[in-house]
Amino acid sequence: MTGTADPILEVRGLTVDFLSDRDPVRAVSGVDFHVSHAETLCILGESGSGKSVSTSAIMGLIDTPPGDIVAGRMFFEGRDLATMTEEERRDINGRKIAMIFQDPLAHLNPVHSIGRQIAEVFETHEVATGADAKRRVVDLLRRVGIPDPEHRVDQYPHQFSGGQRQRVMIAMAIALQPSVIIADEPTTALDVSVQAQILDLLRDLQAEYGMALILITHDLEVAASMADRVMVMKGGQIVERGDARSVFTRPQHDYTQKLLSALPHADDTDKHRRSATGAGEPILKVENIVKRYALSTGLFGAAKHVHAVNDISFEVNRGETVGIVGESGSGKSSVARILLRLNEPTSGRALYKGDDIFRMDQRELLKLRRKMQMVFQDPYGSMNPRMDVRSIISEPLRIHRDILPKDRWNDRVVELLELVGLKAEHAKRHIHQFSGGQRQRIAIARALASDPELIVCDEAVSALDVSIQAQVIDLLADLRTRLGLSYIFITHDLPIVRHFADRIIVMKQGEIVEQGTTQAIFTTPQHSYTRSLLNATPHPKWETGAASHLSVRIS
Amino acid sequence: MFGYLGKRALHSVVSVLGLLVLVFFLTRLTGDPSYLFLPLDATPQAREAFSTLHGFDQPLHIQFFNYLGDLLHLDFGESLRQNRSAMEVALEAFPQTLKLAVLAIFLAGALALVVGSLAAAKPGSLFDRFASLVSLAGASAPDFWIAIVGILVFAVSLDLLPTSGTGSAAHWIMPIGVLMLRPFGLLVQVVRGTMIGALSSPYVKTARAKGVRRQKIIFSHALRNSLLPVITVAGDLATSLVNGAVVVESVFGWPGIGKLMIDAIIQRDFAVVQSTVLVTACAIFILNIAIDLLYAVLDPRIRYQTS
Repeated sequence: MTGTADPILEVRGLTVDFLSDRDPVRAVSGVDFHVSHAETLCILGESGSGKSVSTSAIMGLIDTPPGDIVAGRMFFEGRDLATMTEEERRDINGRKIAMIFQDPLAHLNPVHSIGRQIAEVFETHEVATGADAKRRVVDLLRRVGIPDPEHRVDQYPHQFSGGQRQRVMIAMAIALQPSVIIADEPTTALDVSVQAQILDLLRDLQAEYGMALILITHDLEVAASMADRVMVMKGGQIVERGDARSVFTRPQHDYTQKLLSALPHADDTDKHRRSATGAGEPILKVENIVKRYALSTGLFGAAKHVHAVNDISFEVNRGETVGIVGESGSGKSSVARILLRLNEPTSGRALYKGDDIFRMDQRELLKLRRKMQMVFQDPYGSMNPRMDVRSIISEPLRIHRDILPKDRWNDRVVELLELVGLKAEHAKRHIHQFSGGQRQRIAIARALASDPELIVCDEAVSALDVSIQAQVIDLLADLRTRLGLSYIFITHDLPIVRHFADRIIVMKQGEIVEQGTTQAIFTTPQHSYTRSLLNATPHPKWETGAASHLSVRIS
Repeated sequence: MFGYLGKRALHSVVSVLGLLVLVFFLTRLTGDPSYLFLPLDATPQAREAFSTLHGFDQPLHIQFFNYLGDLLHLDFGESLRQNRSAMEVALEAFPQTLKLAVLAIFLAGALALVVGSLAAAKPGSLFDRFASLVSLAGASAPDFWIAIVGILVFAVSLDLLPTSGTGSAAHWIMPIGVLMLRPFGLLVQVVRGTMIGALSSPYVKTARAKGVRRQKIIFSHALRNSLLPVITVAGDLATSLVNGAVVVESVFGWPGIGKLMIDAIIQRDFAVVQSTVLVTACAIFILNIAIDLLYAVLDPRIRYQTS
C-alpha cells in the first residue's frame, strides 16, 4: 500500500538458530521485512513456520541460550538495534514497540491486579506514577471497551473473560502510544464474535494513533481482513509476499495456493454433502435433556443453579452428520459428555435405537460405548504417551472382547491405520513421534476399532492448522461414505461444518437457538445470533462493505 | 470466612479426638508407671495403693471414659513426676519450642529466598552450582550428628559457645543453626526450581515486552508467584519443627516440648504425654489455618467461600 514511505521498522536477513540437544535447528532463515507508519503487515504461516520468532527477536525476547541470532540486522527508526545499549533497547520495549500475545490469561501476572500491571508501563518508562498513573489506566480501560473501569481496575486477570483479558493486553500495549505494535495471534484463543470485536478495536486504534501493526496469524480470514501487506512463511522462510489483495486473489507459491484452497468453501456445490435423502432411520433421539449445576451448596442459603444445558432435543439419523455449533460456554460440549454418560444429566431422555442411555446399567453402557465413540479436541492429551500406537488402537478390542479374536488384532490395527491414511509401520511408534494431524488420525482409528455406528467429535479439528483441518474433514467424510457412520460434530467454527454437516444445531447459553439443514442455516438464518456468527467471519480489507465471503472470490 | 474457619475447626476437633484415643492407649502399652515411680523394693501393697490412687487399677475403657469426662472440665490430669497440672507443664515448655521454631523457619526461609533467587537468575552458573551443593548437603545432613560435632568444635575445642541450656543469646546460636539446616536446604531447592519456571513464564515475557527492568521482573513478578509453592513447603517444615525438635532439644538440653515429650514417655508420665500431644496438635491446626489464610492473601485466585 505504502511501499515508498520510510519504514519505521526494518529487518534484514534475520537468521535464528535454536539449540536442541546438540545440533542447532534453524528456526528462521534470511528473513527480510519492514513496516511503515499506519500500515498493517500480516505474517501468515502455520505453527512452527518461524513467524513468532522473527518478531520476538525485534523485542529481544529470544532467550540466549537456547536461541541465537546468527545473522541479520534490525533497524528501528533508522538505528541499528545491535548498536544500542541494553538499557536503550529495554526502553524501546513498551514505549516505542509493544506486543500483544496470544493467550492473555497466561501472559498476565495472576497475582497482580490488572490496574497495577498496566500502570507498570507508565512507571517503568517514568511517564506517570501513583494516582496519575491510575487515572490514565482507567482512561485506557474505557478506551478499549472495558465496562465500569473505575471498579474493574483493581480486579485480577482471572476475573475477566477471555475477550476482556485481550482488551487489557491491548490497553497495556497502547499505553504509551507506541509507533509499532506486534500482535502475535491476538484472537486465536477467542470465539468468532469476540474475535471480530478485538479486530475492530485494533483497526480503530490504528486509525486513531497511526501506529504500524505487525499481525502474526495462521488464520487467512483474519489476515485478509486486516492486512495491507502480507508475507507467508513456511519452514522459517518467506515463501511469498506482496500487497494483500494480490497475495489472496493471485497466489503465486504452491504453499499459499494450498492454504487458500483449504479454506471452507462458500459455494453450494459442496463436495462432501450429499442429498438429504441419503440419511436413514433415526439412531439417536435426544429428548429434553437438562443439566444444572449448583452454584452454591450452603446448608441454609437458597441454592442457585446455572443451566449448562437447558431443554435440548434433536435426532441423528443413520449416515447423517449433525453439527452442533456454539461459542465457549454454549453447552455444546456438555451435550456430548452427557450423551456418552461422562456426565449425568439432571433430567431428560436420550434414546439410542429405542433404549434410554441414561437408564442403562454398567453392562449395557459398555455395549453402547462400543457403538458410540468419541474423538476429542486434544489427541495428545487423550492418548497414553507410554503406549505405542498398536496398543492405543487395539485397546477397544481388549475392552470389548467379542469383537475379534486376539490373533487377528494386529491385522485389524494395520487395516485401521491404512483406513485413516497412515502406514503399517506406524504401529510401533509412540504418540509424541507424530504431528497433530497424524495424532488425530490415530484417535479416529481408535474410535473406529470397535465398529461404531455413531462418532461424537468434540472440536476434533480445532487445534489443527487449516490445511490439516481440511484433510481430517475429508477423511471423516470419506469414512462416512465407506462405513455408513453417523457423526455429531461439535465445533465453534461455523465455516468448518458447512463442508460436511447435513444439519446444524446452533447453541447459545445452553439452549438451541436455531436448527435446520446446513443450506438453510447458511442461506436463510432465522435467529439473530446465527446471523451474528455468520457475519463474525472477517471480510477482506480491500473490499470493505461487501458482504461476500473471501473464499467466493478465490474459488 | 468465619464459615470456612468453623468448618476447618470442626474437622480438626474430630482428628484431635482420634489422636487422643490413639495416644491414650499407646502410652498405656509402655507398662506400669508404679515400677518407675516407686522404689525397687516397694511392697506389692504399696504398688496397689499407688495404682488405686491414680486410677491405673481400673479397666482401660473405664480409665479412658474418666479421662474424657475430665477433659470436658478442662482437667488434663496431674503430672506424676511434678505433682502439678500436666497441661501447665506442657504449656510452660511450648513457648520455648515455638520461639526456636519461628526463628529457625524465618531465618531459613529468608536466606533460601535470596540464595534460591540468585541461583535461578543464572542457572548453571558457578553460584548456582555452589548453592545446589550447599543446599543438598544441608537437606541431607543428619541433624544429631551436626549437633554433636557442633558442640565438639564450637563449645569444647574453641570454647566460643555454651554446650547446652538456655540463658544468654549465645545459647540460641547452635540450636537454631542446626534446626535451620534442613529447611534451608530444602527451601533453596524449591525456590530455585519455581523461580526458574516463573522466569520463563509467559507473564515474565509480557513484563520484558513492557520494558520492565530485570531486577523488578525477578522480585515483583517472578518471586511473588514463586512464593506460593515455597510457603507450602515452608509450612510443612514449620509443622515438623513446632511438633518439637526432639533430637535438637535433647542434644542441647533445650527445655522445649519435644524434650518434655520424650522425657514423659520414658518416665511413663501419661498425663504429660497426652497434654503435650494435645498442645502440639492444636498448634499445628492453627499453623495450617494461618498458612491457608496466607495463601488467600498472596494468591487472588484463592478465596475461601463461606457457604
